[in-house]
Amino acid sequence: MTALRNVWALVEKEWRHYFGSPIAYVAICMWTLLFGAFYVLVINRFIVVSMRAGMSEMGGGPKLSLNDWVISGVLHNMAVVALFITPMLTMRLVAEEKRQGTIELLQTSPITSMQIISGKFLGAVALYALMIVAGLVNFALLWHYATTPPEWKPLATGVLALLLVGGCFIALGLFVSTLTRNQIVAGTLTFGLLLGLWILGWMDDPSAGALAQTLAKLGLLTHLESLMKGVIDLQDVVFYLSFITFGLFLAHQSMESQRWRA
Amino acid sequence: MIEVENLTKRYGRQTAVDGISFRVHKGEILGFLGPNGAGKTTTMRILTCYLPPTEGTARVAGFDVFEQPLEVKRRVGYTPETPPLYPDLDVGSFLDFCAKIKGVPAKDRKARISDVMEKTRVSDVRGTLIGRLSKGYRQRVGLAQAILHNPDVLILDEPTAGLDPKQIIETRELIKGLGGEHTIVLSTHILPEVSMTCGRVVIINKGRVVAEDTPENLTHRLQGAATVRLEVRGDSPDLQATLAGVSGVKSVRRAKPGVYEVDAEGGRDVRADLARAVVGRGLDLLSLQQSGMSLEEIFLHLTTTDVAAEAAVPPTAETAAPAAEVRS
Repeated sequence: MTALRNVWALVEKEWRHYFGSPIAYVAICMWTLLFGAFYVLVINRFIVVSMRAGMSEMGGGPKLSLNDWVISGVLHNMAVVALFITPMLTMRLVAEEKRQGTIELLQTSPITSMQIISGKFLGAVALYALMIVAGLVNFALLWHYATTPPEWKPLATGVLALLLVGGCFIALGLFVSTLTRNQIVAGTLTFGLLLGLWILGWMDDPSAGALAQTLAKLGLLTHLESLMKGVIDLQDVVFYLSFITFGLFLAHQSMESQRWRA
Repeated sequence: MIEVENLTKRYGRQTAVDGISFRVHKGEILGFLGPNGAGKTTTMRILTCYLPPTEGTARVAGFDVFEQPLEVKRRVGYTPETPPLYPDLDVGSFLDFCAKIKGVPAKDRKARISDVMEKTRVSDVRGTLIGRLSKGYRQRVGLAQAILHNPDVLILDEPTAGLDPKQIIETRELIKGLGGEHTIVLSTHILPEVSMTCGRVVIINKGRVVAEDTPENLTHRLQGAATVRLEVRGDSPDLQATLAGVSGVKSVRRAKPGVYEVDAEGGRDVRADLARAVVGRGLDLLSLQQSGMSLEEIFLHLTTTDVAAEAAVPPTAETAAPAAEVRS
């Protein structure tokens, strides 16, 4: 009960920071702009392709799926955008507390490091979720205008995938933010690590060796595939949840260990 | 309320706090005095569970800072030297956040916050962003944050640093007012502050306690040979001998015509006898002044290492209060 209240107090405070500074507005603005841009690009291509298909098959061919083409396509792109934007949300989380000395306030209050970490994580995730919701407005148009509206289930799992992958980015970013008192260092390092983890996924090639195959499994974006198609593969969900847990665990250990090294 | 036993903190090979021990009783205001880098902040950070000690124990309100940090934190209010404030929050929401993480029950929160804002005189800036506040206000918001959950123990690291004289006086009054209800440890290197606010002083230097006593006793003890300065109208040649004959007088110097400096034996107050002696000779006594060591002198005396050992005289009869304890 007290634990929940403490975590919630932290979430609230993080939101005050996000919305009391330009961070939240810039992040939401960039995100929705890019979301809209990808949406327009993908839907234009979809229209061209489906018209061509319609002409060649004289209306009898298999219908192109809005889910596969538009929704999944845009969400995939947004996962990459998230990789660029989330370091902006996480870099200040702990680094700024250290620089301002407010970490001393937190750590001398009757609140555990785990509660601090969870509150900060959830605060950032909540902002990220808000960004996703803001972007989803675009898809509402599909339900309104398309003759056969897309299915909602692949959309739901796709959004879940986006949320999970963003959660991983944020957990890692939070951990990196505990390592330094310099926000720029935290941001850059997080971004570099995330980029590395993305590129790992490119090694996913059946002809590659066992090691490359294993490393490719660590690629954060490779686990998006089935979720984006509307299939909840437990393996992927577990992967993301473990990644988040591990990131938060590292952040917690790092916070605790700093008291010893200080 | 606070029991510190043989506390040691090392940073790598550097020892910041070297086996210090002291106690603070309930309702007492303890002044923690020492030059910069003496280990005051480190000790306070250990007492507030921000840093773990390398050796030794510290107990606050009966709870060990290492074993039961949450219990200690619930009972301690702390303001570091630079108050830990979020510049992008306004005073009201900052205190609201602090009240939440310090476990002030939801139903009391509002009343408690306005009460504390009243006490620290920050009510008029409750809607202002902390980043826009002057230093004095920030210091007071820092103090407000510390007393928010009505802690048993208050630990204040240089609470008056950077304030203007009027604010210093106000802050001292506030701290004095908090004593009794709260047990307070405050650190400072401003000496008058100690004699004005604290019931007891611990002087530390290079991580060690060099003296611990009430400000009066410290002054008294170190007076050793207190000097009394006499100014007399109508000098008479044998006055020096008369003064030397007063019981308790060690030596008499004639500084200039009509002015004598009398060294008394340790702890004796010879002023009344001297006055009588002068008047008894039919001379006019113009002034009589005891120049004991001021706290500043004692402080310098104790913290310029070589003489620290000298100060570690065993407590004399009148200074042997239970708390009186001196280490070298």
